[in-house]
Amino acid sequence: MTRQRPVVYQTVMMIFLIAVSLLFIFPFYWIITGSFKLQKVAIQMPPQWFPKEPTLANYHELFINPALKWFFNSVFMSAASMILVCITSAMAGYVLAKKAFTGRAIMFSIIIAAMALPKQVVLVPLVRIMNSLGLYNTPWEVILPAVGWPFGVFLMKQFSQTIPSEILDAAKIDGSGEWMTFVRIVSPIIQPAYGALAIFTFIGTWNDYFLQLVMLQSRNRLTISLGVATLQAEMATNYGVIMAGAALGAVPIVLIFLFFQKYFASGITMGAVKG
Amino acid sequence: MHSAINKHGVSHAIQRQIDRVSYLFLLPMVLFFLSFVIIPMAMGIFTSFFDYTMGGFHFNGLDNYIELFKDPKFLRSFSNTFIIVVVSVPAVTIFSLWVGSLIYDKSAWVTSAFRGIFYLPVVTGTVPVVVVWKWIFDKYAGVLNYVLVNLGVIEKNIAWLGERSTAIWCILAILFTTSIGQPIVLYISALANIDSSVLEAAKVDGASGLRTFWQIKWPSIMPTTLYVVVITTINSFQCFALIQLLTSGGPAYSTSTIMYYLYVNAFSLYRYGYANAMGVLLALVIGAFSILQFASIKSGVDY
Repeated sequence: MTRQRPVVYQTVMMIFLIAVSLLFIFPFYWIITGSFKLQKVAIQMPPQWFPKEPTLANYHELFINPALKWFFNSVFMSAASMILVCITSAMAGYVLAKKAFTGRAIMFSIIIAAMALPKQVVLVPLVRIMNSLGLYNTPWEVILPAVGWPFGVFLMKQFSQTIPSEILDAAKIDGSGEWMTFVRIVSPIIQPAYGALAIFTFIGTWNDYFLQLVMLQSRNRLTISLGVATLQAEMATNYGVIMAGAALGAVPIVLIFLFFQKYFASGITMGAVKG
Repeated sequence: MHSAINKHGVSHAIQRQIDRVSYLFLLPMVLFFLSFVIIPMAMGIFTSFFDYTMGGFHFNGLDNYIELFKDPKFLRSFSNTFIIVVVSVPAVTIFSLWVGSLIYDKSAWVTSAFRGIFYLPVVTGTVPVVVVWKWIFDKYAGVLNYVLVNLGVIEKNIAWLGERSTAIWCILAILFTTSIGQPIVLYISALANIDSSVLEAAKVDGASGLRTFWQIKWPSIMPTTLYVVVITTINSFQCFALIQLLTSGGPAYSTSTIMYYLYVNAFSLYRYGYANAMGVLLALVIGAFSILQFASIKSGVDY
């Protein structure tokens, strides 16, 4: 657009973009600063744009609730589903990409079709299945459905296709068994896909509020997302404490995201169409 | 020997060996996939034809589906969902394409900074995002009213979430902020992948920026646009957490969506069969959109 419209156009657009992006940062900023405000400060008008007398009282009250317990429940569920998803998806994705087995096309079509379905539609029967497996009110109620979801298989299959077949043939000639080939040769090559899938699954499970809401009941079993939602329902307008909870739920995951941003962007692109 | 060789040009013995290894590798995934996706899906479809509550389980044919179309609360939820989809899909697609076009060719630092900022609400998570917006929208303690009153946009404080007419826009605004992160990432990478020599040639030929966009960029990013449209459609159809946390579907189901009403029926009213019928209907609607996507992709490009 530089040819006909001068630099001015670009500059105006960039300024507008910066203004819009401030609106995207503001809620996050408001969570963090709000978590250090006393209740009377949080509701006062005009608002304190920055807390003048920052307090840790909200965090103190937050930890009287089992918020740390909720936090570690979230960590456990996210980490467990991350590990299981990476292993099962990498194995399945590898053979779907590299082995001409009978029924491969049908298998892949079913996986693609399932990915397009709304996940929540299976939730009601899923609760029943979990109960009959004796997993009622355990973290596995959240972990296992996350592993069943085939997005990871699709991602791993797409990436495994880039493995040169010559390398696999050479390994076979050298007498490497199928499992050894997968562990020693395939896995290192698809390492970026592992990175992307790991971070995706971790954040996905952490933020899967609907699944957690349906599956987890007792107060000690809640995740941090569910815990914050519960606090909001109980405390209504005690915004300081609610923001402290929101910060505990959001800050670690944002840090993980910033740290692994490279994997994240490539994962989103890999999982989509290549345009 | 003809019969011993299959279409892949390998003998049946070797094919059996390949099958055995492949199925072993697939086994863990298939177990999870069957147990937690396929079987519950089949159960959901099956029970949608039953009067299935805490107290009983009786076959009632299509009664659940017929009731859906007579239930004013469901029809309200359906039309709200439809409004959300119709507004958010074009808004998200156009805005993310605009942002993507503005930043994809800037320095790596600028691109990843903006990409990170617009992705921030996605990573923050639905619950933290919604609770902070609920505070911002609060009639007395919220900064939105404070700012708007001081700027003279409104005369007195508004209970944004208290009435359907304003609540639905609040929902759409939050949904928008949590929906554009992924499309922007996709557009940045799609735009950066366009063959730069073609763009250079267009420039040399004196093509205007607008013409370059419509004739070169737009066709090359078409698959991305389709993908963005479909994922945004699916996500908008499934809008739940925002509703549950922000308005609980109120006042009087006026901001309810299909997913929210399904949740209420399944987990508050314990009408499992009826809720599953809703799920099946929603899946059919979303499935129709997805078929459209794959048909479009197949007709043009590989993925």
